[in-house]
Amino acid sequence: MTSLRTFGQFITDTFRILATGSRYYYAWIGFLLLLIAIGGGAYLRQLNDGLIVTQMRDQVSWGFYIGNFTFLVGVAAAAIMLVIPAYIYDWEPIKEITILGEMLAIAALVMCLGFVMVDIGRPDRFWHIMPLVGRLNWPQSMLAWDVIVLNLYLLLNWFVVTYLLFCAYTERHYVKKLVLPLVLLSIPMAVSIHTVTAYLYNGLAARPFWNSAILAPRFLASAFCSGPAILLILLQVLRRTTKLSIKDEAIFKIAELMAYTMGFNLFLTAAEAFKELYSGTEHMVYFQYLLFGLKGHTTLVPFAWASILCGLAAFILFLVPKTRTNWVTLNLGCVLIYASVYIEKGMGLIIPGLTPDVLGDIYVYKPSYTEIAVAAGIFAIGFLVFTLMLKAAVPMMLGEFTLTRGRRAAEADPT
Amino acid sequence: MTEPRLNHPDQGCGGRREFLGTAVAAVAAALTGCGKISHEEFLQHNFKELSKDEVLSVIARLEKEYKEKFGKEVKVATTPPLPGVIFGYALDLSRCVGCRRCVHACVKENNQSREPEVQWIRVLELEKEEGVNLQHADQYYNPEEVPREGHFYMPVQCQQCKKPPCVKVCPVGATWREKDGITVVDYNWCIGCRYCMAACPYGARHFNWGEPHLPSADVNPDTHYFGNRPRPKGVVEKCTFCIQRTRKGLYPACVEVCPTGSRKFGNLLDKDSEIRYVLENKRVFKLKEDLNTQPNFFYFYGV
Repeated sequence: MTSLRTFGQFITDTFRILATGSRYYYAWIGFLLLLIAIGGGAYLRQLNDGLIVTQMRDQVSWGFYIGNFTFLVGVAAAAIMLVIPAYIYDWEPIKEITILGEMLAIAALVMCLGFVMVDIGRPDRFWHIMPLVGRLNWPQSMLAWDVIVLNLYLLLNWFVVTYLLFCAYTERHYVKKLVLPLVLLSIPMAVSIHTVTAYLYNGLAARPFWNSAILAPRFLASAFCSGPAILLILLQVLRRTTKLSIKDEAIFKIAELMAYTMGFNLFLTAAEAFKELYSGTEHMVYFQYLLFGLKGHTTLVPFAWASILCGLAAFILFLVPKTRTNWVTLNLGCVLIYASVYIEKGMGLIIPGLTPDVLGDIYVYKPSYTEIAVAAGIFAIGFLVFTLMLKAAVPMMLGEFTLTRGRRAAEADPT
Repeated sequence: MTEPRLNHPDQGCGGRREFLGTAVAAVAAALTGCGKISHEEFLQHNFKELSKDEVLSVIARLEKEYKEKFGKEVKVATTPPLPGVIFGYALDLSRCVGCRRCVHACVKENNQSREPEVQWIRVLELEKEEGVNLQHADQYYNPEEVPREGHFYMPVQCQQCKKPPCVKVCPVGATWREKDGITVVDYNWCIGCRYCMAACPYGARHFNWGEPHLPSADVNPDTHYFGNRPRPKGVVEKCTFCIQRTRKGLYPACVEVCPTGSRKFGNLLDKDSEIRYVLENKRVFKLKEDLNTQPNFFYFYGV
């Protein structure tokens, strides 16, 4: 009973932390809420008029929403990038910041589910896809698998984060026997969410661009580039704005690991491009559309090359120890690799997969205003979730805000 | 169909439906953006799981809804597959002149949305020198007169595969292959994720991107639940070999309208059928045979 009451207090105290903050905090939250309102307005219009307000059509039946979804699954999976060295190699400097990776995964998953929700034509029938209540076509449909693994991964990360913070709040050490297996489980889970998402495309023989055996490995490799890139910048921001101590060596270690994954990612991309372009079968047309344009349609070409060049530049910056340990070049590399993977695993994956369509028709897709506004709203929801989690987590992790310390100390339960 | 069931919406609602509750229905109504969705419609389960009574009540509800919307009686049949029948289709590429009469007859028969117009058949204009090379296909050809010199025409619609990829990928089991070989969609169960559209190698699946507009005067009142009944916004639809006709022994509209006799249709299990004659005496091929979807739709060169 007492622990239940303590948990209740943990929740109310968390809300108190969330409600108070500096001017910048309020401004940031206000900005995110504004974006959410804009996105919400655009989504209402989409609900009223149907998905016809997007630029998707029968030929290109998935677009910006599913592209963002795919990219964000990668971000969510990359949380394990921190977990692997921390727990398997018992490397202390990273261990403290693992919880940040898990919170990033939660925020990314919230965005993923948001993007799926706005993409479906009948959101009122969402219950059809819920296990037991609806009728999940499992194990046949890869999308059914994806629903299951994404939600399990969300639940797992949510539980671990909540539990660790609750322990910090109550000034108890977490039960290692409980946390360690769960954290270790999150490693194969993270691999599985991205693998299943890759298989979702991979299994479609109708779409040669996706029907490649190295699609899942490519997904994982690119995710382990972009996810940590976000974390590296975030860690530096947190170091400056809070008392959280994150050692230089932790950041440089992550950067070093990223250099390997980036190299591997480039290698896999090159392997794919070689196979398609050198053998030059009919399946080459999708790569052609992406890299060189097809029949005068060159919409994707500048983006595709920007992605390749950014990826190459970032790889060099991360590979050379001097630029990897220089804050300016390190952060530049983070931005470059983020941009590269965002293009590659978003629009660069979805659009050429569907263009030309199965009957050879070329429909040039570009997201509409509604799609961009709705996507901005979902990103804002993700940032909001992440900001609020950080806001509550950081003082708890620092031991500044616990059951006995902080503003609530006087009223705290003596037990 | 009788209607009295409608007056007692609580009747026949199983526990499964009750527990979802009105609150969820209200959220759903908000999500559709029109607020017109009824409690009963929201809670309707997958057609395969409905009892006979539930089917009757669903059909009565749909017929009432269509009458209100179009101001005329629309019959919604649920005719099951005929025993001993698997439908097959063959298209004679040497006869087809690309007039697209089939495309329009199909739209008229199957109550597709007219604005934006949804078409289940796409006719490809191909170059004789290239053969069936889809990268050289043009479906927007518009010459003074067809057929055009040096070209031939290839209509593509649902190939009614024996191993349909679209059925495999559907996350909610809203589409399946019936015993007579027709792949159908439960428009009231489809969530509109469009995974089937990505999976179909023939571009046979079409989405209602906007609210389907079907003028009352154009409504074909003779419909089937899995076929040409008016569709809602946000769901996928496809060719059903005119299920509302063929299960009654009629030809599909496209077969009937074809002025060149390019389209052959019949029961693959009937040794004396025309389709069997074609399969046994002509050289046929299947579109994208390498994908192993095993279509029951064949192409051949008759002359």
